[in-house]
Amino acid sequence: MAEEVKLFGGMWASLYSRRIEIALKMTGVQFEFIEEDLQNKSPLLLQYNSIHKKVPVLLHNGMPIAESLIILEYINETWPDNPILPRDPYDRAMARFWARFIDEKLIWVSWDAYRSKEEDQGKAIEEACKQLKALENELKEKEFFGGDTVGYLDIAAIMVASWFGVMQEVMKVELLTEENFPNLCQWVEKFVDCPIVKECLPHKEKMVEFIRVLLKDFLASR
Amino acid sequence: MEEVKLIGTWPSPFSYRVIWALKLKGIPYEYIEEDLSNKSPMLLQYNPLHKKIPVLVHGGKPICESAVILQYIEDVWPQNPLLPNDPHERAVARFWVQFAENKVPCIWRLFRTTGGEEQEKAKKESMEMLRALEEHGLRDKKFFGGDKIGIADIAFGQVAHWLEMIEDLVGVKLIEAHTFPHLHAWTKNFKQVPIIKENLPDYGEMLMYFKRARDNFLASRGPGM
Repeated sequence: MAEEVKLFGGMWASLYSRRIEIALKMTGVQFEFIEEDLQNKSPLLLQYNSIHKKVPVLLHNGMPIAESLIILEYINETWPDNPILPRDPYDRAMARFWARFIDEKLIWVSWDAYRSKEEDQGKAIEEACKQLKALENELKEKEFFGGDTVGYLDIAAIMVASWFGVMQEVMKVELLTEENFPNLCQWVEKFVDCPIVKECLPHKEKMVEFIRVLLKDFLASR
Repeated sequence: MEEVKLIGTWPSPFSYRVIWALKLKGIPYEYIEEDLSNKSPMLLQYNPLHKKIPVLVHGGKPICESAVILQYIEDVWPQNPLLPNDPHERAVARFWVQFAENKVPCIWRLFRTTGGEEQEKAKKESMEMLRALEEHGLRDKKFFGGDKIGIADIAFGQVAHWLEMIEDLVGVKLIEAHTFPHLHAWTKNFKQVPIIKENLPDYGEMLMYFKRARDNFLASRGPGM
């Protein structure tokens, strides 16, 4: 039976959807990308992700899977020839731990740091740097979080590779500096240079412009 | 087999998640009770980032975050599986574990309210969360895992036992047989599973513990809330 794989995703700037694109391309699976207009969600999306009504949603032979990190696990199990999760259970647990850390803590703390008013900014930046340091220490001297090749945690960390650089330019607040986080910055360079990642990742300048427009009211009020 | 230790705190529902998983799979372990008001050097060494329990230590290597620990236990000890075989069903189970992580905390926000708008908001969020469980998660199954409990049931353990305590202390009733028939039945069925039944904090003791904690929290917050 021919496999039917569809990815319901957000437009080009939507990083969680890019995670899945990267993983599917790494696996070599043929898929159809269906772009969702998040201001006008399709009945199909609302049916496939009735709880959260969000993208990305992977549809495999008619069965939907929601939540990007869960989709990555599904891809890893379903197309195991090019696994993205480590085989060792402990390494796997670490990858899961840090991916959740990025999604549930690091991004939010960093967003606070970027958008804080001047008087609160010092503390927020300190907290964000503490968290970035933890991630820096996890990476250590490895080329990628996954070791020699891009894996689950590298894909999850697309936020670090793309969003931080963009926010830095838009908000004019420095967080992820080479001086403080040499390993992470080197990782960003290597990660965005990978052919598949390059194909999927939004162009930085385009993203900066897009975010500037999105945040124009916020930026004007500062 | 390498040594397994669990650093936990009574009566944390997150500690109990790990206890249930270990016992369901018959894994021997040493339990170490942590005093969170005076965190041990061991905890700070094993979980420097979050400084929280539970922490599973296997062969000297720590794993933190109960949802991550549950998956680790499943990966290392596949007997009495907590996840289904089918990849799509596994993804669904993981979805609900993540839902438990992201949405169930609203019941603890409710726990910290005394009334007014804050309580109404927390109550509304909690009801929405329970509605999602009733209509989409559980539907007409006996357990989230189907005929027997699985990783999602373990993740929602708070709703089966700790929520009742929150309802009692706050003075609200959320799960009733006529509003959430399946979920109501599930809370009973879940607690009847032998391993769960034998490993639940005593309700009365738990009520006293959390009443004290709530009183302390409200006192420290001051008047006007």
